Amino acid sequence: MDSKMVNLTINGKAVSVPANSTILDAARALNIKIPTLCHCDKIGGCGISNNPASCRICVVEVENRRNLAPSCATPVMEGMKVHTNSRRALNARRTILELLLSDHPQTCMTCAKNQNCELQELAAEFGIEEIKYLGERNRFKPDASSEAIRRDLSKCIMCRRCETVCNKIQTVGALTGYGRGFSAKVGTANLIPLAESNCTFCGQCVNVCPVGAITGISYVKKVWDAINDPAKTVVVQTAPAVRVAIGQEFGFEPGAPVTGKLAAGLRALGFDKVFDTNFSADLTIMEEGHEIVERIKANKKLPILTSCCPGWINFIEHNFPDLLHIPSSCKSPQQMFGAIAKSYYAEKIGVAPKDLVVVSIMPCQAKKYEAARPEFAKDGVRDVDYVVTTRELCKMFKEAGVNLANLEDDVFDNPLGESSGAADIFGVTGGVLEAACRSVYFMLNGKNLEGDAINFRAVRGLDGIKEASVEITPGKSIRVAVCSGLGNARKVLEMVREDPNRFQAIEIMACPGGCINGGGQPFLHGDSALLEKRMKGLYTEDERKVLRFSHENKDIQKLYAEFLGEVGGEKAHHLLHTEYHSK
Amino acid sequence: MCCQQMSEAAKAKFAELDRFIDTLNIDRKNERRRGWLIRSLHRAQAIFGYLPREVQQHVAKRLFLSEAQVSGVVSFYNYFTTKPKGKYCIDICLGTACYVKGSQNILAEIERMLGVKADTEPTADGLFSISALRCVGACGLAPVMIVNGKVYGKLTVAKAIEIINEYKKQG
Amino acid sequence: MQKITSQAQLLELYNQSKGSLALRLTNEHDIHSVKKEILCCGGTGCHASESLSLMQHLREEIRKNGLEEDVKVVQTGCFGFCAQGPIVKVMPDNVFYVQVTPGDAREIVQKHIIGKELVEHLLFIDPMLKERIHDYEKMSFYAKQKRIALRNCGLLDPEDITEYIAHESYQGLAKALFEMTPDQVVQEVLNSGLCGRGGAGFPTGLKWKIAAGVKADEKYIVCNADEGDPGAFMDRSILEGDPHSIIEAMAIGAYAIGAHQGYVYIRAEYPLALDRLIGALKQARELGLLGKNIMGTDFSFDIDFRLGAGAFVCGEETALIHSMEGLRGEPTTKPPFPANIGGGVWGCSTNVNNVETYASIPVIIKKGAEWYRQIGNWKAEFDENGNWVRSISGNSGTKVFALAGQINNVGLVEVPMGTTLREIIYEIGDGISGGHEFKAVQTGGPSGGCITAENLDTPIDYANLQRIGSMMGSGGMIVLSDKDCMPSMAKFYLEFTKDESCGKCTPCRIGNRRMLEMLEQICNGTGTVEMLDELEQLARTIADTALCGLGQTAPNPILNTLRYFKAEYLAHVVDKKCPAGACPNLYTLHVTDDCVGCTKCKRNCPVDAITGELKQKHFIDPAKCIKCGQCIDNCPKKAIVKG
Repeated sequence: MDSKMVNLTINGKAVSVPANSTILDAARALNIKIPTLCHCDKIGGCGISNNPASCRICVVEVENRRNLAPSCATPVMEGMKVHTNSRRALNARRTILELLLSDHPQTCMTCAKNQNCELQELAAEFGIEEIKYLGERNRFKPDASSEAIRRDLSKCIMCRRCETVCNKIQTVGALTGYGRGFSAKVGTANLIPLAESNCTFCGQCVNVCPVGAITGISYVKKVWDAINDPAKTVVVQTAPAVRVAIGQEFGFEPGAPVTGKLAAGLRALGFDKVFDTNFSADLTIMEEGHEIVERIKANKKLPILTSCCPGWINFIEHNFPDLLHIPSSCKSPQQMFGAIAKSYYAEKIGVAPKDLVVVSIMPCQAKKYEAARPEFAKDGVRDVDYVVTTRELCKMFKEAGVNLANLEDDVFDNPLGESSGAADIFGVTGGVLEAACRSVYFMLNGKNLEGDAINFRAVRGLDGIKEASVEITPGKSIRVAVCSGLGNARKVLEMVREDPNRFQAIEIMACPGGCINGGGQPFLHGDSALLEKRMKGLYTEDERKVLRFSHENKDIQKLYAEFLGEVGGEKAHHLLHTEYHSK
Repeated sequence: MCCQQMSEAAKAKFAELDRFIDTLNIDRKNERRRGWLIRSLHRAQAIFGYLPREVQQHVAKRLFLSEAQVSGVVSFYNYFTTKPKGKYCIDICLGTACYVKGSQNILAEIERMLGVKADTEPTADGLFSISALRCVGACGLAPVMIVNGKVYGKLTVAKAIEIINEYKKQG
Repeated sequence: MQKITSQAQLLELYNQSKGSLALRLTNEHDIHSVKKEILCCGGTGCHASESLSLMQHLREEIRKNGLEEDVKVVQTGCFGFCAQGPIVKVMPDNVFYVQVTPGDAREIVQKHIIGKELVEHLLFIDPMLKERIHDYEKMSFYAKQKRIALRNCGLLDPEDITEYIAHESYQGLAKALFEMTPDQVVQEVLNSGLCGRGGAGFPTGLKWKIAAGVKADEKYIVCNADEGDPGAFMDRSILEGDPHSIIEAMAIGAYAIGAHQGYVYIRAEYPLALDRLIGALKQARELGLLGKNIMGTDFSFDIDFRLGAGAFVCGEETALIHSMEGLRGEPTTKPPFPANIGGGVWGCSTNVNNVETYASIPVIIKKGAEWYRQIGNWKAEFDENGNWVRSISGNSGTKVFALAGQINNVGLVEVPMGTTLREIIYEIGDGISGGHEFKAVQTGGPSGGCITAENLDTPIDYANLQRIGSMMGSGGMIVLSDKDCMPSMAKFYLEFTKDESCGKCTPCRIGNRRMLEMLEQICNGTGTVEMLDELEQLARTIADTALCGLGQTAPNPILNTLRYFKAEYLAHVVDKKCPAGACPNLYTLHVTDDCVGCTKCKRNCPVDAITGELKQKHFIDPAKCIKCGQCIDNCPKKAIVKG
């Protein structure tokens, strides 16, 4: 890092910034706002920036320079005199915006991103009152081929953010700049439907799209229909990461857990039972912990890889067909919940599985794809019927006039609502492995870890790849890795290919930081500090709980006693495990 | 494309492409392998005549690149085409020298006469496809038309139509 | 072939072989000499007009007459006089034949080679001198030219390295390697005043100095042969006709900046140039002029090629670098510049120059900067050691132009900087063709502009052309006459830049489209006066905000024609007339009283819009007419006019 400082003036104000700064950085240091569109620092919460300098909305006037300078990509220089709001710069920006709008559908009111669109926001700020340039517009048929992500290239403004996350961060490589000139867009290979591409549906592209070109496929209407159908019993489960993210949309401190409000809100929407995915997270730990113990004892099929994350499972199915035998065979908590709801619970309440509707509230787009996998349905009845993302749930609340801030805390229903703190931390990178280690220790040693030893701090934090040794039995450690972001997953899997003995257990989450940064979470709007807060929220939730071990969840114990039988037994295998196929 | 369904001819073409790619000594771990992409696509187009999706997929696989990466490049460069061409490829030069000598009229007339637009599908009988080119560097002969590599210079609309009709007769 | 392992060996080889070019280089012209060489142009243009078959026929005739011992047919690079191709030059007779067909081979051999008589009907009729002439130095087309970059084109066989050795090639490289330090080479190029011939005119020496100053083990030197300006083909001619100059220059550049690998990025549309380059690379390697330990020194350097694939924007150096890396050819903002670490090929410091720039380097090194800067109109300040301090005005050396359009002599011309446009158009180009009036000359291709009659006496250099609203560009020079419509010309260039925009930045991607749409409305009669202001405002913003040179200069053809031809725009939007008669919506076709009723137009009309009886005046139904112009082409009496 160059520590030399450079002095310049912006709009007559002097500022001193490090030599490798851009004009935009310097302006921000002075609290001078320059509009941006394509530029995105730490996109997807990672250290990588999207900086193609292509939208040109951030141009500023620099004295003695021939043309206007894109502030996002122009390095500062000693003595530079910058004017961010000169007539020339403002006129140019307005023209740029008018050009963008001239190739954009004027359908804001019916757009999924209405009021959450950076282009719309700029149009409002600039006071655009008419579309100045009339002419040909790019028209594409929206692609709703997949269960998870909808793309409408007619709205694409070529900021390339999605392309950057898909290729540089996730290394999925489903998206590319396609074509050139006026019709250039970011698309799939040969513009094939997303469902036919190698997309993992991680949804990181949805999170960064500044406009409505990439959105989630919404099942909200179907959920309303089900709620209002007297023939259906509708139960809802909500994932751990939802409770620390949704609050910000209702004026709570970002990252603060609002579990009680969330339960109350869901009940207010009319769900018959409000359950918790945390319950099945504990269940996952029972099965997966057992699997870890077995594999380590047998020293076979190691390292074991976690399998909770559907984006990650899609990724390995597409890219590492040679390693498909090592992920845990456990279904994800969402699907375990569905399987138990449609069997154990349906039986218990005497409702036919087809009349029991399972809705899940997820931080994720890939969960929509996962819920629709054919192996997760029996006789045409899906284990999980509809997936609603955190963002979509906010809209449901708003539509129904439910303001979480005005609700009293409530609790989840039984028997699928009880959970341990180990389940809460599933929502953040490292959490699944930590939760598993707590129970694996018990399984191997017949006693729990005590005191601070239950907090596996070595696997915590938002770093993309973490390696550690964890003691699973006094004096015996295993090598583990935790990674989040599919680009990091690729790196770790390459390590495994090179040296299969390097690790014994690996947790992988598709989204950088884990589910707290899932493709269905409230937008970060470029503020990656929010992830830090959401993470803290989950660890607070864990520590707040009396119950810290999955295997101590009484309702889980009851489930095995009443219904499943042995942990890792035949029935459990039948209902709670799956297999993977190369794509 | 599944191997069983592939014709012998197609198999031979893929084999020829493979022989070329084999000479490149592609190293999966070296990011510079990407540098061979455009040359590989040129070779593939020379072999197959165009770059349909299965050829792009093949190149992607052999160069350890994503299909999207290959497609992004193919769709960027004018020289690459994803559609088969007619038996006779008519290239009309629309470089400046040809333009000021009226090449756009020639193009318009040929498009009208054959009923297809430049840079789209070949004619229904598969005989002709038209492309508009930017300067082949034969400005001295403007306006210029090229049919399957043979250059016709100093054209008029009437002369161009006569030439096309000759090819039509040959079938 | 034995590898050359020292400077002395190169000179020895030169001395041994220089005699082989005696017939070609002699000043003693003699039609009676027994030994002869028949030079035939082997450039793309002449290939297109059957020069290959012509050469075959010539060889066949020579064989039939048992003259193989004394008469040799040599395929050379381009003579530049493309409109008159195929060109044949007989040496030492110094006789220049034009538009020679394979059928003329027999006559040339019988009458000229055996009969020692000129084949009169194949001689060029100089339109200026109004006589048939055989001496090419006397032809107005060549008289004012000064061929440096094109020095070997039309003289040597590009497929035979020994001819190059015999013509002093690789002596510049030898001088650099054996007599100069890399810094001295850079200084020599700086002192020569050579500027980038690709269009922007950045001092080449300065570029080298920056690259040389970067401390890195891995550097690259690249030749930009992605000539994309529609209407310019000098780079193609040089690669086809003189590939060794490029190889030699790149080796000199590599030595100067500290690179060991070079790439030629070449258009896929230039297959012949690529073939010649590949052949030349092979021969240079065999002779030890490329590869490990060049000429026995410890300098190692080799060259490979990368193919373009049809994208004009790849002429922009950052886009070119991305294309070489197998990416979409999208430019990125500078800095980092290619010479910077992180900015070049694979992130390594990279120097990019274009073909024509490289072509002058070997002679600059061999003959010295002092010699080179005598050519042209460069004024500069030098320090006490004779080193360049700053430029004052003008430029040194020569520039090659591709002269085309409504002009009599079409072809490649190379003139000293400072030559006026008038000299080029009226002397070298011999004026406007078809008896039309000069209207403007377009330079700089899609990035440039039109120069009007009032500026014809401006001496050509980078700054002057920019001052009068155009630019040097890569050297396309299109002459326009009163039958060319200026809004249509602007539209033509916008169509080009719209097609060639990479689509990355907003102003270029959408803005060019919008400008084109406005121009289309102007040209089809639906434009308004307000639209002209709107167009100009948008054009200025695009120039001010686009990411790369392509986008920043795309509005030039509009801004420039709006400046000089506002009246013509107004005629389109106010009177709804196209004064040049080029915009189909703004004129109709009429049959004049000159019509003799031959019915030829009627028979050739593709839409049956023409009626009339034999020997009676015909009529065109404007409702049916599609203005394809076939009737005009076919009318023997020129009785169909636009109005």
